[in-house]
Amino acid sequence: MNEKKRKIRVLIAKPGLDGHDRGAKVVVRALRDAGMEVIYTGIRQTPEAIASAAVQEGVDFVGLSCLSGAHNNLFTRVVRLLRKKGAGDIIVFAGGIIPAPDIPKLKKAGVREIFPPGTSTRDIAQWVLQTAKEL
Amino acid sequence: MKSARKPRTLAAPSTEKVRGKRQPAKTNPGAKLRLRARRWEADTLKRSLARLPERRARFVSDSGLEIKRLYTPLDLGKNDYLRDLGFPGEPPFTRGVQPTMYRSRLWTMRQYAGFGTARETNQRYRYLLKNGQTGLSVAFDLPTQIGYDSDHPLAEGEVGKVGVAVSTLQDAEELFRGIPLDKVSTSMTINSTAAVLLAMYIAVAEKQGVRTESLQGTIQNDILKEYAARGTYIYPPRQSMRVITDIFAFCRKRLPKFNPISISGYHIREAGSSAVQEAAFTIANGIAYVEAALASGMDVDSFASRLSFFFNAHNNFLEEVAKFRAARRLWAGIMRDRFKARDPKSCIMRFHAQTAGSTLTAQQPDNNVVRVAVQAMAAVLGGAQSLHTNSRDEALALPTEDSVHLALRTQQVIALESGIADTIDPLGGSYAVEALTDQIEAGALDYLRKIAALGGSVKAIEAGYMQSEIADSAYRHQREVESGARVVVGVNSFEIPEHPARPVLSVSPGVERLQRRKLAAFRKKRNQRRTMTALENIINTAGGTGNLVPPILEAVKAGATLGEISDALRKVFGEHREI
Repeated sequence: MNEKKRKIRVLIAKPGLDGHDRGAKVVVRALRDAGMEVIYTGIRQTPEAIASAAVQEGVDFVGLSCLSGAHNNLFTRVVRLLRKKGAGDIIVFAGGIIPAPDIPKLKKAGVREIFPPGTSTRDIAQWVLQTAKEL
Repeated sequence: MKSARKPRTLAAPSTEKVRGKRQPAKTNPGAKLRLRARRWEADTLKRSLARLPERRARFVSDSGLEIKRLYTPLDLGKNDYLRDLGFPGEPPFTRGVQPTMYRSRLWTMRQYAGFGTARETNQRYRYLLKNGQTGLSVAFDLPTQIGYDSDHPLAEGEVGKVGVAVSTLQDAEELFRGIPLDKVSTSMTINSTAAVLLAMYIAVAEKQGVRTESLQGTIQNDILKEYAARGTYIYPPRQSMRVITDIFAFCRKRLPKFNPISISGYHIREAGSSAVQEAAFTIANGIAYVEAALASGMDVDSFASRLSFFFNAHNNFLEEVAKFRAARRLWAGIMRDRFKARDPKSCIMRFHAQTAGSTLTAQQPDNNVVRVAVQAMAAVLGGAQSLHTNSRDEALALPTEDSVHLALRTQQVIALESGIADTIDPLGGSYAVEALTDQIEAGALDYLRKIAALGGSVKAIEAGYMQSEIADSAYRHQREVESGARVVVGVNSFEIPEHPARPVLSVSPGVERLQRRKLAAFRKKRNQRRTMTALENIINTAGGTGNLVPPILEAVKAGATLGEISDALRKVFGEHREI
């Protein structure tokens, strides 16, 4: 990023039909408290709507949360759509109930980091701040 | 409301008489006790504290209630045994809803289960029944819960994941194949599409030759908490409330032993609320359903006894036991005083409990077995009518058969070995539990007043009040965990390097393909004309004031799918969008 002082912008999104948004909402607040600008999509968003919102809002990060088990399908679709829209530089991270065997596959598909249950929000904020340096 | 009983500060002395005058200890046992308590504090306690200070400056419950060092009869304040506790099976039901509680019949052990196809889930049900489970509890996948067939574009990736996929009557038949519906009671976690699944259940029963009147079970059918916490809504609140009261009226006539609703605090708690909020918001929603049913012309005593509830059994043991007891007493008072129920049965709060999924950790997952056991004991000591115990691996993935087995065995050990089921409400009369019961009741009443001032539950939810209260509590909890003020064993204390992951259950993507094929074949085979006429009939009824359940039942029998029926209603009702 050329303007160094600009706040980091993050879109937290709930793709698919899952309504468990306790974690997503907690992360939204924690990242705001860490000084970032955070937009929350609300539940039940399509990958298309999330990718469009990310581009429209000009965010640096998209954080995806899914507890329904549909993460493989939904997360990879979001990454693919971002690339298709020429927004492949937006960094995607994720959380939720993600079984261990799925994590390497998701990372290979372009999800940069996965935060499993029990992760401290401080660690997530720290990671975003750190990763933002490469922007 | 009977509950004009004021919240008491726990330190307050018991009787008015004591206050002010120093009465001779002989004539007033309360005064004598107070005197001795003061002496104990000044003497024994003070010396001990000087030598060995307490672990914390303040002890608080999960709900933020201050937990005192010691409770004595002084903490029972104006508590009147006959008025506030009474006898089991009699108002205000604080001590339990049945006169003999678990001495006659244990609670129903009902494990929430469902994944993949109807056939796979049917196998899991038979396994559970063979192992001593006494009732079924169906978990549906999200497309089924939100009114999309398995082949709908929005269902992609979700089919068979959090539950079983049921799009057609054929799926429902496979789900219950070989299970006698006149003997087993079935609970279905289904809300915005409850009428469709109820219709399918009736149709399957008829095919089995089981009379509709003999069916036992529950549909969750609680839409208000979907807007507030769980998220599987379809239609706007007003239209949803109409479907719910239609189901009430239909069940009263045709399924007299079926619970047409399970008013649920469980998901409110999972979303992050405190115990007090859980009790208060659930009861507030209950009030809204009773009002809606009354407004539709029903008499309170004709349906109130079939209202059932669903609560969370969380970690903080004494607070949880107190919560169940307080909720029961509150509801009895509301039904009697506010809704003028004449039948004592209308004042009974029967409830299902489930241990708290949100307390389970991905770290050291075997620790979850212990958490679940503690929580399950709280539910039993709180007087639950049925119980689900979570599996240790739920923070990792869907539970494996092994884990589900252990969870069921946990209930059986509690029921048959611990002895806590052998006497009624054994914690009743505990100074601490009674004081906490009073405190939770008072806290819940405060919330009920606030919600009433906002115009009731529907308005409070539309305004986002419950949602923001829940989110605030959730964030507070997270910060306490991260600051170390709240210990989570294995997560922020006693951590160890984690072992390689245990085997987890996953649903194959083949399920989605199979469902698509089955749906296509099903649609081809049915009588198109009869199906279309039935769907038209739903649209017409939805536009008018008739009861929606009969035309939905006809559509299901004709071969209409869950998605088609939901679409018919979407056309008339529109869809709800989150604010």
